[in-house]
Formats: sequence, structure tokens, C-alpha cells
Amino acid sequence: MNLVIKALTTAAALAGLACASSAHAETPADMLARYGTAAKAAADPARGQQFFTSTHGREWSCSSCHGALPVKEGKHAATGKVIQPMAPAFNGERFTDSTKTEKWFRRNCNDVVGRECTAGEKADLIAWLLTLRA
Amino acid sequence: MTTRSFNKRRLLTALALLPALWSASARAEEHGTGVPSTPLYTQECAACHLAYPPGMLPASSWQRLTGKLTQHFGVDASLDAATLAKLTPWLLANAGTVRRIAESPPEDRISRSPWFVRKHHEIAADTWKRASIKSASNCAACHRGADRGDFDEDNVRIPK
Repeated sequence: MNLVIKALTTAAALAGLACASSAHAETPADMLARYGTAAKAAADPARGQQFFTSTHGREWSCSSCHGALPVKEGKHAATGKVIQPMAPAFNGERFTDSTKTEKWFRRNCNDVVGRECTAGEKADLIAWLLTLRA
Repeated sequence: MTTRSFNKRRLLTALALLPALWSASARAEEHGTGVPSTPLYTQECAACHLAYPPGMLPASSWQRLTGKLTQHFGVDASLDAATLAKLTPWLLANAGTVRRIAESPPEDRISRSPWFVRKHHEIAADTWKRASIKSASNCAACHRGADRGDFDEDNVRIPK
């Protein structure tokens, strides 16, 4: 009996470990679903593209650094540093780490829009990026 | 003495120096070019710009820069507290080592440091503005090995 409990406890602990180590490993579709749920609205790719390519009362749009169609490298508008493609089909690392995604939304929305982006805006954006195929 | 024997002597001298040169370059490769780096710095700072060698600014500048990353030269470069707590001591520990830096440059900009201005005095204002260069913050436009810490004048190629 004791052995069984011990085995179960070990299994549970291992499962917990596995969960912990994959806490940030997500897919773009996961993130889209989560932002969509938070926004309580269906994501709209066309709205995402509009948001990405427009300015929002400030100097830069998302496109200023990422390019109008982020399927290839962009260039930082101030420093000229090369930025890897944003569309997941062209860069498998994009939107697979929620901490990283949130960090960049926070910074870049602040620069482009002057506030944090809403869950709906994030969902629209990812929905649009997912339509860009190779 | 003929030119030929002179050349021969120069060749022999060069050959004799080869082992020393080789070991020096091996050392440089092993330790990069002596410019400290850490994956965290590269990950968090070099996404937007070159991983500027921390030794190019004094500790006082790094202290100020890391203290106001939400307004980092006009851009929000904010980090979470845990990352900042790891990165700041590293920057401070490696500050001011590349050049003899006594004071913070204006606006804590490397490009306004007296040594930087002196080193680049031959570069015309128009050259800095070229689309291929953009600004003095884009070291790698001309210093092609800048990402490896190579700022050697001999390796500079100014783009059109």
C-alpha cells in the first residue's frame, strides 16, 4: 500500500515538473485562443492588419520596424538593427513564449499606441499574422 | 645589401613572429575580443541594438539607464524586476573598462563621449544620415565585427 502511494506521489511530482517546464511552451494558436477568450470577441485578421500598418497618433506604426508585411526581416526604425520576421510561418519562434510575447506587446504598444494593447487587439494581430503563409 | 636579401630577412622575421601571432589570435578567439557578454544581456538588450560593450559607459550612466528603461532614448525598453535585478549588477561590474572614463557622457550616450567624438571626427554629418547607417547607434553598419566586439579601425567599411 505504502509502495503504491509512493509511486503515485512520484508520478504526480513528475507530472508537475513536466507542466512547470512547459509552462511557457505554447503555440501561436494557443495565444490567439487565450487573447480571444479574454476579449470575449472573435478575432478579425483584417482589423489586425489595419492596426499593424497604421499609426496611432504617434510617430511609429508596428510596420515602421517590422515592415508592412512581416514575412521577412525588418529593421529597427532608430538603430537599424535587423528584426527577424514576425509571422509564425516564417519564424517558428514567434508567439511560443507567453512571457516574451507579453513583454514585447507591453513595450511596443506603449511606443506605437501610447498604452498597452487590449486582448482584442492582440488577438486580431496574431490572427492576421497566422494568415501569412509561405 | 640587395633588395632580395632584405626581403628575405623580412620574410624570416615574419615567419619567426608567426607563432606569437597565432597564439595571440587564438587567445582573442577564446575570449572574444575581451568584451564581456552574457546571454541575458544579448537577449534583453541586443534585440533592438548592438550589445554595446558595457565598458563603454561609466557605472553612473548604466545606473541611470537601467533606472528608467520605460523611457530609453524615446523607446519603452522596460524589463521585469527579476531580469533587471540580474542585469544591472552585471552592467555595473563591467562598466567603464574599455576606455578611461571619468564622467558620464551627455544624455548617457556612448556616441557623445569625448573619445567617441574624437575617434569619429573624420565622418561627415551627411555620412551618418545615410539610409544604410541611420545613426551613430548603428555601430555594425561600418564596424562589421562589432557584434563580436571588434571595433578595429582596419576592419571599418563605410557603406554607401
